[in-house]
Amino acid sequence: MEETDREEKVHIAPVGDEALLVEFGERIDETINRRVHLLKKRLDKTGIRGIRETLPTYRSLLIFYDPALLSYRRLCRKLAGLLKVEETQTVGGRQTAGKAQTVGSRQVAGKAQTVGGGQATEENQAVGGILAVPCCYGGRYGPDLVDMEKALQITADEIVRLHYGVDYKVYMLGFLPGFPYLGGLDERIRMPRLAVPRTKIPARSVGIGDSQTGVYPVDSPGGWRLIGKTPLDFYCPQKEPPVLCRAGTYIRFVPVDEKAYEAIRKDVESGVYRPEYIS
Amino acid sequence: MEIISAGPLSTVQDTGRFGYLEYGIGQSGVMDRDAFQKANALVGNRDNEAVIETTLLGSAFRFDKDTLIACMGADMQGRSETDGRIVERGRAFPVRAGETVRFGMAKCGVRGYIAVAGGIDVPVVMGSRSTDCKCRIGGYEGRKLKDGDVLSVFDADLSEKARKRLLKKSFSPLQYGADIVLRVIPGPQIGYFTERGIQTFLETAYEVTSESDRMGIRLRGPVIEGKGGMDIVSDGITFGSIQVTSSGLPIILAADHQTTGGYAQIAVVAGRDLPYLAQARPGDRIHFQKAAIEDVQRERKNRWYRW
Repeated sequence: MEETDREEKVHIAPVGDEALLVEFGERIDETINRRVHLLKKRLDKTGIRGIRETLPTYRSLLIFYDPALLSYRRLCRKLAGLLKVEETQTVGGRQTAGKAQTVGSRQVAGKAQTVGGGQATEENQAVGGILAVPCCYGGRYGPDLVDMEKALQITADEIVRLHYGVDYKVYMLGFLPGFPYLGGLDERIRMPRLAVPRTKIPARSVGIGDSQTGVYPVDSPGGWRLIGKTPLDFYCPQKEPPVLCRAGTYIRFVPVDEKAYEAIRKDVESGVYRPEYIS
Repeated sequence: MEIISAGPLSTVQDTGRFGYLEYGIGQSGVMDRDAFQKANALVGNRDNEAVIETTLLGSAFRFDKDTLIACMGADMQGRSETDGRIVERGRAFPVRAGETVRFGMAKCGVRGYIAVAGGIDVPVVMGSRSTDCKCRIGGYEGRKLKDGDVLSVFDADLSEKARKRLLKKSFSPLQYGADIVLRVIPGPQIGYFTERGIQTFLETAYEVTSESDRMGIRLRGPVIEGKGGMDIVSDGITFGSIQVTSSGLPIILAADHQTTGGYAQIAVVAGRDLPYLAQARPGDRIHFQKAAIEDVQRERKNRWYRW
């Protein structure tokens, strides 16, 4: 896999005359995602005049610029320079990425230690650990758990255990404000989206959509299977930053009962709750 | 100023919100930057003062002090309720304290822009005054305007000399026809489409459907042939991105689009042509014309405006 990655060429393409896409690959892959964020960091540091903002996704970086100040050609040349720097540091970068990949794909028990221990990634050092996300599974908060039990032939308890037993990487935010696209869901609890999407999913619902899992930050229509609800706000426009987690953060769901859920929710609403990071 | 009648969708907008895409918060902002910038210039505002964007049907506003307003974009047939004077697009229009100006059904175009001397004074949220209804931020309490809302307006220099100078200014509004030519630059997933598919896209007209709003303009027409599926691993998208869904029909993303999308982008509309898209009415026909990015960017350098 590493070998194929090495072959993967960076592809630059215009997205209209005010944006440009730097594409590192076409798959969801830890190494590719890491390169996206590396370039973003480098761009933020360099501060090229004319760049309005950048949007990192799973596999690409979309760069918005002001064509009156910066032409497509000139930006391409500048990017080629920055990407060359990346190449020379690839060896080091790839090693880290390789480790992160092991972390992401680690299966059952003992995984938490692996992430928390020795090899904390660059991003985790920045935020100081894995973000703990309390989640009240099943019941009225997870109405689809019953159907999943039947479809997957796994008990609800086991589904829940498999869901909170993995630390998920936030690959990107998108779709809704603060909506985290999480990678690393256990294959055994993959579940196709609802054939007919719900017209309103309550904010803070935790769901599974095929091989992805995530949290709805605001009320929204959607087709993901709902398995629980978190008392934490993933989007709060009054705060700076307005979102709970950023791309690169790792999050761990921590199962809580309804009473604990209510207690945490009260703290969140009164503003005394501080997000907890597991080191 | 007071909102006497908000119409179906009136919001406060400026150029847009930059720097929050990575949090899943879009840029929003005006749909028609040409009309926006000209309306502001007519009342002596700086480039990025907030204005009101109205949609298709009537709205009415009462002004609580003597000031200048200007309307651009759709021809909403504005008229003073006090003395019947007609609000001409492309020129500043003086209003008196207590005067109400009412707008009707758009005669051409869809979105009307009303700039008030000084600019609309709503709080700057994450760097912008633009309303983003989905994220519940910006504008007036993060939502569209309702009847009875009262908006503050910044003070402006309305001395006799300034008024005279501004009342002399004029712009001719863009012509909005039923056949709209949009120049497009091939998109990052053009390779997902067959030669025939690309030919269909460029050589036939697509009709604007009524399922069009600030999030996207949905089109109807011949199916665009792809090599395989249209699904991609979600990627960044922009105002003007033309996505082709699994149905084979194109959607052009607009100002309030989601920040990421999972459909192949066949092409992207040149920024200079977005104002025409913003004013496209259901039933209008869109003709896509392939353009090279170098040509589009060269042309833009020569314009007086900065977008």
